Amino acid sequence: MIDVKRGGWKSFPLGGVIPEGGTSVAYLTGEWRGGGKRPLLNLKACVHCLHCWISCPDSAILINGGKMVGFDYEHCKGCGMCAQECPPMVKAITMVAESQFGATL
Amino acid sequence: MLDVVTAPPETRVAPRAAMRSAKALTGNIAVAQAIRQINPHVCAAYPITPTTQIMQEVAQFVADGLMETELVPCESEHSAMSACVGASAAGARVITATSANGLALMWEVLYIASGLRLPVVMAVGNRALSGPLNIHCDHSDSMGARDSGWIQIYAETAQEAYDNILQAVRIAEHPDVLLPVMTCMDGFLTTHTSENVELLGDAEARDFVGAYHARYSLLDVDNPITYGPNDLPDSYTEHKYQQVLAMQNAARVICEIDKEFGERFGRSYGMIDTYCMEDAETAIVVLSSTAGIVKEMVDTLRAEGRKVGLLRPRVFRPFPAQELVDALKGLRAVAVMDRALSFGAEGGPLFTEVQSALRNAECGAPKVVSRVFGLGGRAVARDEIREIYDELDSDRPVKFRLVGVRE
Repeated sequence: MIDVKRGGWKSFPLGGVIPEGGTSVAYLTGEWRGGGKRPLLNLKACVHCLHCWISCPDSAILINGGKMVGFDYEHCKGCGMCAQECPPMVKAITMVAESQFGATL
Repeated sequence: MLDVVTAPPETRVAPRAAMRSAKALTGNIAVAQAIRQINPHVCAAYPITPTTQIMQEVAQFVADGLMETELVPCESEHSAMSACVGASAAGARVITATSANGLALMWEVLYIASGLRLPVVMAVGNRALSGPLNIHCDHSDSMGARDSGWIQIYAETAQEAYDNILQAVRIAEHPDVLLPVMTCMDGFLTTHTSENVELLGDAEARDFVGAYHARYSLLDVDNPITYGPNDLPDSYTEHKYQQVLAMQNAARVICEIDKEFGERFGRSYGMIDTYCMEDAETAIVVLSSTAGIVKEMVDTLRAEGRKVGLLRPRVFRPFPAQELVDALKGLRAVAVMDRALSFGAEGGPLFTEVQSALRNAECGAPKVVSRVFGLGGRAVARDEIREIYDELDSDRPVKFRLVGVRE
């Protein structure tokens, strides 16, 4: 789909250069989950080992004061690595079908 | 044990630094001298006949302390052009050289250099592509790269090859262009043949080229940027159109810089070179060093009272269609001599461009025929050129043939 709000050749930086840093924040890769699954956190079970945080390829694990607090669903692609890496004795993360959540991100 | 004696810097002999001098130089040496004078930040290269000598000379200049260039010897031409792209994206002024299969190995990276708008300059010594293996001159290498988004300038002489490199840096880096430039000369015929070449003084050459300030630098950590991100269907077309416009701008910029070069140093070339075209009825169109022998035949035929001329496009990309039409439109017939084949096409690559330009002309388009010659370094004889002019005077010259092919 072509997003006309992005402008045209007159406004694009030459050569496809992105002339600033940190722009991946604006790229909502959470849409890629589509009809797949999203991780859900059972905060009571979590021991805050942060294995999920270190294994997430998209920095979508939200941390506050050194503790796991949830997911950035705008960027989580639903790969499930966090649920896989959560220790078997803890099992604080489960992957749930998107169809359970309607149209929200 | 080796007893190595290194001369102290003050005793090293720098090539004439302050004044211009005419010397007998090969095309390769003349281009290497231009690169020494430009003193680019980076040269990344891999050797290949017949342009090995360029970077060999540059390596010697670097070793002798005559250049400050970072010389990167690479493991292949693909790596060499990739290193050029990386260095250019880092903000460096970059020059390299190659030929034939080396250019072919650079292929995908050529498009990356032009697509990322990196003003890399490359000297090409035109050589046949294998196979069968052949190291001698034809234009199959650079003609294959004609759609890669690089500006292409073809030199007739070693002098022009030298001047073209100096101009190419200015053209490539011009803010209205920002495209890589290929400066081509005929392998062996120009790269290895001694001609009188007048070098500029180092100071005036450097003053003409000027300092380079890249738009972006990957090394500028205070202003982080991304080069080469994924460009999806919603924006790729826009970036390609920017390249189309840059190539159109290049035609104007090439003329401006060539004019400035002429005003400062007395040599100017334009987009096309014409010889005896004012009242010509038939003409040959040919690139590079072959123009020399064709000019000689023009003189011979003119002495016999025949109105013949020569047109040598100096620039092939952007193609100087309007200049060509203006020079050719009143003629009766034109033979386009290509030193490359385009298998399955109506003729050589230069022929199809010339024919296309003339077909679009309003009126008076001459008959155009294709003559492919000089493949794999085969010399073209004076009589063969005379024969081509003779054919143009016949009623129905064949549309396409290979000059001198044996049965």
